[in-house]
Amino acid sequence: MQAHQRMLDPTPNGLHSGESPLLQTLGLTKRYGDFLANDSIDIDIWPKEIHALLGENGAGKSTLVKAIYGLIQPSAGEIRWQGQPIVLSGPSEARSRGIGMVFQHFSLFDNLTVAENVALGLDGKESFKDMSARLEQVSKTYGLPLDPKREVWQLSVGERQRIEIVRALMQDPKFLILDEPTAVLTPQEADQLFIVLERLKAEGRAILYISHKLEEVKRLCDTATILRGGKKVDTCNPRLETAASLARMMVGGEIKEVKAPAGRKTTVPRLVVNDLTLAPSEAHGVRLEHISFELKGGEILGVAGVAGNGQDELFAALSGERLSKDPGTVVIEGIAAGHLSITQRRKLGAAFVPEERLGHGTAPRMKLSENALLTGHAASGMVHRGFIDTAATLKTVDRATETFDVRKAKRDPEAASLSGGNLQKFIVGREILRNPAVLVVSQPTWGVDAGAAAVIRQALLDLATAGAAVLVTSQDLDELAEIADRIAVMFHGHLSAPLATSEATREKLGLLMGGSSLEPKEAAHAVGA
Amino acid sequence: MELVEAIILAVLAASTPLLIAATGELVTERSGVLNLGVEGMMIVGAACGFAGAWLTGSIFIGALFGIVAGTLMSLIFALMALGLAVNQVATGLALTILGIGLSGLIGAGFVGERITPAVHLAIPGLTGIPLIGRVLFGEDAFVYFSIALIIGVWWFLYRTRAGLILRACGDNHVSAHALGYPVLRIRTFAVMFGGACAGLAGAYLPLAYTPFFIPGMTAGRGWIALALVVFSSWRPGRLVVGAYLFGAVTILQLHAQGWGVGIPSQFMSALPYLATVIVLVLLSRARTGGSTAPAALGTVFVPDR
Repeated sequence: MQAHQRMLDPTPNGLHSGESPLLQTLGLTKRYGDFLANDSIDIDIWPKEIHALLGENGAGKSTLVKAIYGLIQPSAGEIRWQGQPIVLSGPSEARSRGIGMVFQHFSLFDNLTVAENVALGLDGKESFKDMSARLEQVSKTYGLPLDPKREVWQLSVGERQRIEIVRALMQDPKFLILDEPTAVLTPQEADQLFIVLERLKAEGRAILYISHKLEEVKRLCDTATILRGGKKVDTCNPRLETAASLARMMVGGEIKEVKAPAGRKTTVPRLVVNDLTLAPSEAHGVRLEHISFELKGGEILGVAGVAGNGQDELFAALSGERLSKDPGTVVIEGIAAGHLSITQRRKLGAAFVPEERLGHGTAPRMKLSENALLTGHAASGMVHRGFIDTAATLKTVDRATETFDVRKAKRDPEAASLSGGNLQKFIVGREILRNPAVLVVSQPTWGVDAGAAAVIRQALLDLATAGAAVLVTSQDLDELAEIADRIAVMFHGHLSAPLATSEATREKLGLLMGGSSLEPKEAAHAVGA
Repeated sequence: MELVEAIILAVLAASTPLLIAATGELVTERSGVLNLGVEGMMIVGAACGFAGAWLTGSIFIGALFGIVAGTLMSLIFALMALGLAVNQVATGLALTILGIGLSGLIGAGFVGERITPAVHLAIPGLTGIPLIGRVLFGEDAFVYFSIALIIGVWWFLYRTRAGLILRACGDNHVSAHALGYPVLRIRTFAVMFGGACAGLAGAYLPLAYTPFFIPGMTAGRGWIALALVVFSSWRPGRLVVGAYLFGAVTILQLHAQGWGVGIPSQFMSALPYLATVIVLVLLSRARTGGSTAPAALGTVFVPDR
């Protein structure tokens, strides 16, 4: 097989600047009890190479990277740096050798300033003053502007990532690890990041790039190593693969394609929002500004946008976690509901799936049947004269399990014991089984593996086909393109006019996500849509 | 004139143990650990401090005994709350209960004994200046030390790299760990510093405030120190304001009761708490955003290895 030849050495010989790889792992294994997080993984990283690390959640990417960065000690196997075997006592040793890392969940301190955050990532050999001066210089050189005196909580997600990157660059690393860096960026911000990465590569540095955005990997990376279930599946040149073939290697089989069922037609407006303005409930919150839209039965409206632009506030206003003084701002099934509580809104036929699975969507330490009761008590016949009908709650669990393929160890486990994907399938299933007229769902497939994501997306499409109005908030533009009929963008608490999905190009959405408005002609057209 | 001077002196004496204990707890909490055992560490510090001074005849050695006792108590807390990742609130409360019992046991043999209290500074010419002379140049060593301590802590937290790392652990222990800082070790040191300060604050009571030991003589000062840390929004400058304000209102309301102001004494006794809370809440309103508490305060951290 061609792939196997490429696996030995994906880069033609003449292009290697050194004789041995910059970093090499040989049979790297990490065991947690009986669980093999990494099963003898070999990976070679050469200078001047952007090397992608692909895999689903739980494939072992994070474990491998943590071992390379010295955060955890491998149970077996070897790490070689410039041909020499090394044992890393911790991240500071990794940094001193020239290994830098940009974390997925930023390793930043919200209440410290930018300069203090950068100082914490360095070894502290230079004075704070010199460090601040160098920080300014590095951020200027690479076109990553930062104000060293601001505290992190005041910054946008893109700016926060800039801190991480500048902090890593200030150590002048030979090898830089980036863990899903574009997950939180607008397409334009991602493009700027790619320019920086290309430049770092040209300077002779190596980059290990973790992502599951396959198009991005094909565009940027020279080599890709794919992990599945803790084992290395293959190393290949992503430019010679298709996104589908890469996905197959990640999942180890075909992913069920999500299909919009035929015969879907829009009916009456089921969820209408009229000029909704709401002050934030907490200090860092976003103010919702004059939000209006109309969502008909049989229709899926996608809400895109960079996290923290008011999506959480919109969800709270729609679900009734926050009430509006003017009942007419939120209309569910023709009834003014802005002033109604969550339970009253559920009785009108609305259902809600929040972003956070544990602690918001479910009570982590309660059983699934109890969690079914928590949202189903109002309108699903689980309570009789104040007493819980245990059989009915268990039946809901069984039906959700069956319909949505929820995998769990026993019939009715604690919510926290399920994996992210399975718990999300349960939560979405729990709401869909109530046959809602309106479903508001936030980040439905966040941190969920590809198989479960396909099940959930299909379920949302099927629900719309059955006549419900579905509102999906997501940061994943591919997901919205796949299931939504129209897409609107949130920015600083404003919601743009929805674009028909066929017209919502990445460029247009990216501009809206960055706060620019489309040309007047386009905008007028969009309102008409 | 003399009355004013006497009042200022009394205020300083009443405030000093609060300031020392609260300074220690501020450092502990800034590292992300909530140790509710301040009262327990203080009372053991008081008993051991008195025992040390009575046995050796030296106030200095007595103070050292108090510091060591407070530190040992805090190590029990560190072992439970950091080493074994037990709930910090429960551990702290247990530490207080343990401390109260332990101090009764240690101090039982010393009840009724007296020592010569800590000497006050006397600089010829300066100490004799009316009104401010004794206030500025006639205090005992504890008072000067407490002021040096809070200035030193401020300098440490905001001007040194070690202080920055300590604040970082309190803000986000996951990030601090990911950057390679030994979160649990740093927190253990912070807890020990808090214990040493609480022990010293406790020892101040029988060594300088009243020259004898009685069980339960801390009388809730540890709890007040804890509250001061919260209401000062974890800032050393405000902590000084809070501690002296509390001491001042405590002394003034005593005098006011003595003068026969027609207000119920219960209300007067509540005044120090009320005044301190109101002033510190007003001060902390000034901040426009960001969290005032260390974000990781009181949360358990178990590093994965």
